[in-house]
Amino acid sequence: MNAPANIKETKAEQSLNAQFDAIFAQTTQENANQRKQAWDAFKAKGIPHRRVEEWHYTDLRTKMNDAFALASKTAPKADALKGAGDLKTYRIAIVNGRYAPELSSDQNVAGLSIAQTNGFLAAQLGTDDAMAHLNQALVQGGISIKIDANAKIELPIEIVRYTDGSQVSSYAGTTVEIGSGAKALIIESFEGDADAAYQSNALTEVKVGDKADVHWLKLQVESAKAQHIETLSIELGAETNFQHFIYNEGASLSRAQLFLEFKGENTHAGLRGTSLLKDNQHADITLFVKHAVPGCESREYYRSVVDDKARAVFQGKIIVEQAAQKTDGQMMIKTLLLSDTAEINAKPELEIFADDVQCAHGSTTGDIDEDLLFYLMARGIPEAQARKILVLAFLSEAIEEFEEEQCVELLEAMTRSWLHADDMVSE
Amino acid sequence: MAAVQETIDQVKAIDVDQYKYGFVTDIESELAPKGLNEDIVAYISAKKDEPEWMLNWRLEAFRRWKTMEEPTWARVDYPKIDFEDLHYYAAPKKREGPKSLDEVDPEILETYKKLGIPLSEQEILAGVAPENRVAVDAVFDSVSVATTFKEELAKAGVIFCPISEAIREHPELVQKYLGSVVPVSDNFYATLNSAVFSDGSFVYIPPGVRCPMELSTYFRINEPNTGQFERTLIIADKGSYVSYLEGCTAPQRDENQLHAAVVELVALEDAQIKYSTVQNWYPGDSEGKGGIYNFVTKRGDCREKNSKISWTQVETGSAITWKYPSCILRGDNSQGEFYSIAISNGHQQIDSGTKMIHLGKNTASRIISKGISAGVSQNTYRGQVSAHRKASNARNFTQCDSLLIGDKCGAHTVPYIESKNSSAVFEHEATTSKISDDQMFYCQARGLDEEEAVALIVNGFVRDVIQQLPMEFAVEAQKLISISLEGSVG
Repeated sequence: MNAPANIKETKAEQSLNAQFDAIFAQTTQENANQRKQAWDAFKAKGIPHRRVEEWHYTDLRTKMNDAFALASKTAPKADALKGAGDLKTYRIAIVNGRYAPELSSDQNVAGLSIAQTNGFLAAQLGTDDAMAHLNQALVQGGISIKIDANAKIELPIEIVRYTDGSQVSSYAGTTVEIGSGAKALIIESFEGDADAAYQSNALTEVKVGDKADVHWLKLQVESAKAQHIETLSIELGAETNFQHFIYNEGASLSRAQLFLEFKGENTHAGLRGTSLLKDNQHADITLFVKHAVPGCESREYYRSVVDDKARAVFQGKIIVEQAAQKTDGQMMIKTLLLSDTAEINAKPELEIFADDVQCAHGSTTGDIDEDLLFYLMARGIPEAQARKILVLAFLSEAIEEFEEEQCVELLEAMTRSWLHADDMVSE
Repeated sequence: MAAVQETIDQVKAIDVDQYKYGFVTDIESELAPKGLNEDIVAYISAKKDEPEWMLNWRLEAFRRWKTMEEPTWARVDYPKIDFEDLHYYAAPKKREGPKSLDEVDPEILETYKKLGIPLSEQEILAGVAPENRVAVDAVFDSVSVATTFKEELAKAGVIFCPISEAIREHPELVQKYLGSVVPVSDNFYATLNSAVFSDGSFVYIPPGVRCPMELSTYFRINEPNTGQFERTLIIADKGSYVSYLEGCTAPQRDENQLHAAVVELVALEDAQIKYSTVQNWYPGDSEGKGGIYNFVTKRGDCREKNSKISWTQVETGSAITWKYPSCILRGDNSQGEFYSIAISNGHQQIDSGTKMIHLGKNTASRIISKGISAGVSQNTYRGQVSAHRKASNARNFTQCDSLLIGDKCGAHTVPYIESKNSSAVFEHEATTSKISDDQMFYCQARGLDEEEAVALIVNGFVRDVIQQLPMEFAVEAQKLISISLEGSVG
């Protein structure tokens, strides 16, 4: 029943040992301590496995056969980076964990400042996760993004994270600080060379001030052979509106872990996402939403479509501390299984210590509704097409919640392309 | 409104610290020496006159248990149990084994009478007592002291006896089914139980028989520093039906007492088992001192097609509850149900729920769980619903509602939903809230005072589950609920 101690190191862990020794030897005096501490924290836990409750459904120890060599600095061509496509944005490129100014926008935007960093984060906000520690132990570089108080950034801020090369790994540390009353849309994409096998591990800390309005779209379109791990730690001030959306399409193995904490009262957070999985993909979304102050509202709505032998994992934990009276938390997880070999594991959790709260969660799992299919087919739509319409409708319900019209269009186009339904017109 | 008034009166009649069943029966007992080793296991086996195979089975379990560690994943917090500081066997001293009820120690009969459990058949048969006939197996500490209506049940072919007797009289049934649902090495407490279980009930319903009356076991822990490890095995053969009730109480003591039971249910083709529990072990005092540690493994196996197992539980007692009555839906078209009310008050900690494992085609399960936390208690629902590859058209509906009374308690929901079949449809919903001001206002505007209003709302909250209980139990359960919540309002 209990977790046995990790007796034997896996091949991946042995590779990591060597990588750490090499990078530690080159680390400057001022960062050595931090790197070492993170490494010790990682070593104490090892690569997470199914006996670790938070990683129960994603047994990284068996799925991570090796740890690829740390990627070196490269200069990919500008057109390799897809990002948010044709949208007009302010672009920040991060290649192999390092800020790449030559691929980033160079105009000055009032209220926005970007600075290259060595990737070490000042304080880890509420995350004691082995893979977050590993990020800091091997981090190659990063940036800090700062938005001034009351700044309204007109253009979407586009962060393109690109892993260049095969059999390599990249580790980036990012801080985002959004001042009080600021307004911004951030579109962040995770990508790499098509067909390349690589590992990317990103750790991002976000602090949002009071009365801010932040919308954040994450596009996970890594190569089909990639392993993707992202840890996002968010602190929200008072009376803020924070919207986050994950579009999960790439990577053979992906894990997005969000740690969100309400630090100020009367704040609203909406966490949403869609996962589109096929072949042998394994996609894990894990949330820890902590209500520490009164009067906050959180919404977690995720939808997954799982085909072939793919596997979707959702774990969501809403924690309501005793001080967090008048909390309103709603979580809803819906999954469509399109094949008999697809799999879903869901664990929506509530942990509540305050009495004056309204919290609920729901979860549904099943195939496409036969009645709906029949309805469409009775009207002369071929079955394959009818199925696509229903899947698209299922996913659109989550997508349409996103406020920015340009993002909704982008997401719908990507979804249609995944479904091979580019000809289908959205109304 | 009469019922509500009755509830209020009931509550007012007793103090916060009053546990109705907290008395101690003064009776001479035979105790095994404290501690646990192979000799103790052999001692228990010898006490029960067991055949060799049973002793070996126990010893194997004991050896496995020694290699296991106590589970720590449940959301309960308690000091480490010293397994060497317990008596693993306690039995009332007796001259000869009682042949009939008349020979049972009158002290014990008196105990059960106080608990409201009728053990004397005569009164019932003679029409002195009311007519709801329930066959009772009374388990006192480690042994079964009386089983009523045995003869009448035997006429229908039903076997209802202490499990120690079944091991001697029906070894073929016991060997075939014991440990077939909860394997010896299933978990820490089940393995411990397999090594040292002392008594419990055995039920066998032959093919096509509808058990003529409700069967019931009443557990009572009396001796201090004893662990009670009972084992229940119920087999419903093809096309049979049985309804089984279980009740538990213990005296009020300052030390914690351990209760680690294993219940195994087997339903064959077209058979149906309904298992109801009203668990009212001593929960400890208002300071959180004393009380029973209730670590129970209950599992039902719908082994063949069209079978059905239904668990209904009302959990109000115990300092710590760790209990997950589960259904393995192996047979095609089989059904599992779990209805639960878990109420925690004072310093109680409950981590309870169910598992519905869908293996067969067209299997269906339903989970209704109502948790109520008050005082400084912690109440966790932990449940698993899973569909395997071959479980086509599996269907589950889960509803877990939690009600919080007071701002120092906690209510937690931890469901695990795992589906490997696209035609499986699983729905889960959970809510947590307090009694809303609107509800209170509505009731109070109609002339109810605060306590009455809460009683009415709580009764409504748990109604879905109460309806599933057999009638005699439903009345008892309703009273228990009001008593458990006493002192938590206002």
